[in-house]
Amino acid sequence: MTASELTVPQAKARRERRRVMGAGKQLHAGPLTYVVLTLFALVSLAPLVWTAIAASRTDTRLAQTPPPLWFGGNLFKNMETAWEEAGLGTAMVNTTFVAGTITVSTVLFSTLAGFAFAKLRFRFSGVLLLLTIGTMMVPPQLAVVPLYLWMSDLGWSNQLQTVILPTLVTAFGTFFMRQYLVQALPSELIEAARVDGASSLRVVWHVVFPAARPAMAVLGLLTFVFAWNDFLWPIIALNQENPTVQVALNALGTGYVPDQSVIMAGALLGTLPLLIAFLLFGKQIVGGIMQGAIKG
Amino acid sequence: MSSPHKALAQPASSADAAPGDEPGAAGRAHGRGTPPRDPGDKGSWRSRLYRWDMKASPYAFIAPFFIVFGAFSLVPLLYTAWYSLHNVQLSDLDNQTWAGLANYQNLLSSDFFWNALWVTLTIGVISTVPQLLMAIGIAHLLNYKLRGSTVWRVVMLTPYATSVAAATLVFVLLYSWDGGMINWMLDFVGIDPVNWRESDWGSKFAVSTIVIWRWTGYNALIYLAAMQAIPADLYESASIDGANRWQQFRHVTVPQLRPTILFTVVVSTIGATQLFGEPLLFGGVSGSKGGSGHQYQTLGLYMYDQGWVIGNLGKASAIAWSMFLILLIVAVIQLLVSRRLRKSQ
Repeated sequence: MTASELTVPQAKARRERRRVMGAGKQLHAGPLTYVVLTLFALVSLAPLVWTAIAASRTDTRLAQTPPPLWFGGNLFKNMETAWEEAGLGTAMVNTTFVAGTITVSTVLFSTLAGFAFAKLRFRFSGVLLLLTIGTMMVPPQLAVVPLYLWMSDLGWSNQLQTVILPTLVTAFGTFFMRQYLVQALPSELIEAARVDGASSLRVVWHVVFPAARPAMAVLGLLTFVFAWNDFLWPIIALNQENPTVQVALNALGTGYVPDQSVIMAGALLGTLPLLIAFLLFGKQIVGGIMQGAIKG
Repeated sequence: MSSPHKALAQPASSADAAPGDEPGAAGRAHGRGTPPRDPGDKGSWRSRLYRWDMKASPYAFIAPFFIVFGAFSLVPLLYTAWYSLHNVQLSDLDNQTWAGLANYQNLLSSDFFWNALWVTLTIGVISTVPQLLMAIGIAHLLNYKLRGSTVWRVVMLTPYATSVAAATLVFVLLYSWDGGMINWMLDFVGIDPVNWRESDWGSKFAVSTIVIWRWTGYNALIYLAAMQAIPADLYESASIDGANRWQQFRHVTVPQLRPTILFTVVVSTIGATQLFGEPLLFGGVSGSKGGSGHQYQTLGLYMYDQGWVIGNLGKASAIAWSMFLILLIVAVIQLLVSRRLRKSQ
């Protein structure tokens, strides 16, 4: 209830701002703009469409010139081979579990940390926030050798928790939620709840989460995409016996099944969940990236 | 074992309660004038809890991030430095001996390391510069009033949904020497087929196009967001001064985008320094070598090759730290250059 009351004036202000800003600036696109954009759109989509074409052909056909430009009849057979022989079935189940867990945990903990950085006063908060942003500069390569050795010591080789634990919460998520909550969560609301004697946890539950919900949804989508596509650490930590999708695709590409049409079917299958997510939530994902950018 | 424990706990708790009772009793004994004790006392207990909650909860909220970061990034980062000073072999993990700076000396005298550095730099430039230029152009077009603007944006972002692995597998096929789509199309315009996997610059170009394909739309959206935040009166006053569209773009849009450009350059640099999956899968079966002449063996790939294919984890750690140091140096240079540019304007 309170959340909707709040967003109305905000949305109004935003619309007003857009009207004022857009007045002189948002020129209508000419035909040339559409032509150039169409070209870029084709380049964006063509490799994906061609993946589906190649996945519906046979290996021998793909080796011939000219390359196929339309669909053949082997799509489901190739997908089946990729699903069963290349372990993509296990991989999809594993990745759904891994990415799902990471998403829930990242959204939850990032919202908590983002709220603390956005609205709570505590000692060293400025330094800690800078540190959080700074950690985004550290390449994952700096961690994989010790992680691999510890994992071997623990006997965790090839177990899914090894790829879940390191990404349970991210600096990006924390910063993203902080940037959102700074603007979207009025401090008066928190103070009002405080005056009523609400504990911090109650404030989080009844004030922060409702206000943060749109950003949490977007962060969830972005995190899921990231976790689904994570590559470096999974291919070191896991192998073909218990793979994620990317590990299975890596195995496919390095000669596990030397059949190009099956490889393409695997690539298509492994991308399909995210393509569906883009079809359903593309607008939100675009909004999230733009929102993260404008203040980042 | 448990009963003596209980017995111990019992007096302790009653002793705890006793001092709490006493002042209360004393207060009551002192009589009428004092305010009613019960609510006040409860309030101070509650307010103490409240104050403690206010003080501790921010730390509790940020703790998960710092615990995860500490356990899985910071401590490993330090251990990587430690291992880089040791001889750590994958085949003999129990036998780690002190090596001093030998791993780093080994790197500095290794042609493969300098080659990997060169490859990372060249692919980084070839993939980042055109990518960001195109992204600004696309953002500029997307910033016009478009029919179906959301659809255009989602379409531009679609490659971002494709994983490194999936994208690279497709591009490998598109770039295949014999019967690949790209050579077939080049043939149409009369260009001889290129052996994309084996040639020096051809392979670097091919790997770069995968990066460009995946990230251009993403960066375009970031620029678009920044463009939409540029105040309209800047354009109005520019057009009053007689600036045409190109001049407006050059003298209003680009300067206003400068912080965003710096941001994307830094992010792209971080990404380019770690480049790994694209060259690995581009190379196929012996991908970790980065081609027969190591012509697309990036630092990330070189580290993986040394660590997990050859099995020298000490050296891999040294490569990782070299990567980090190079990244820091590049970031500092970028900051200095951007500061210089800002001053000169």
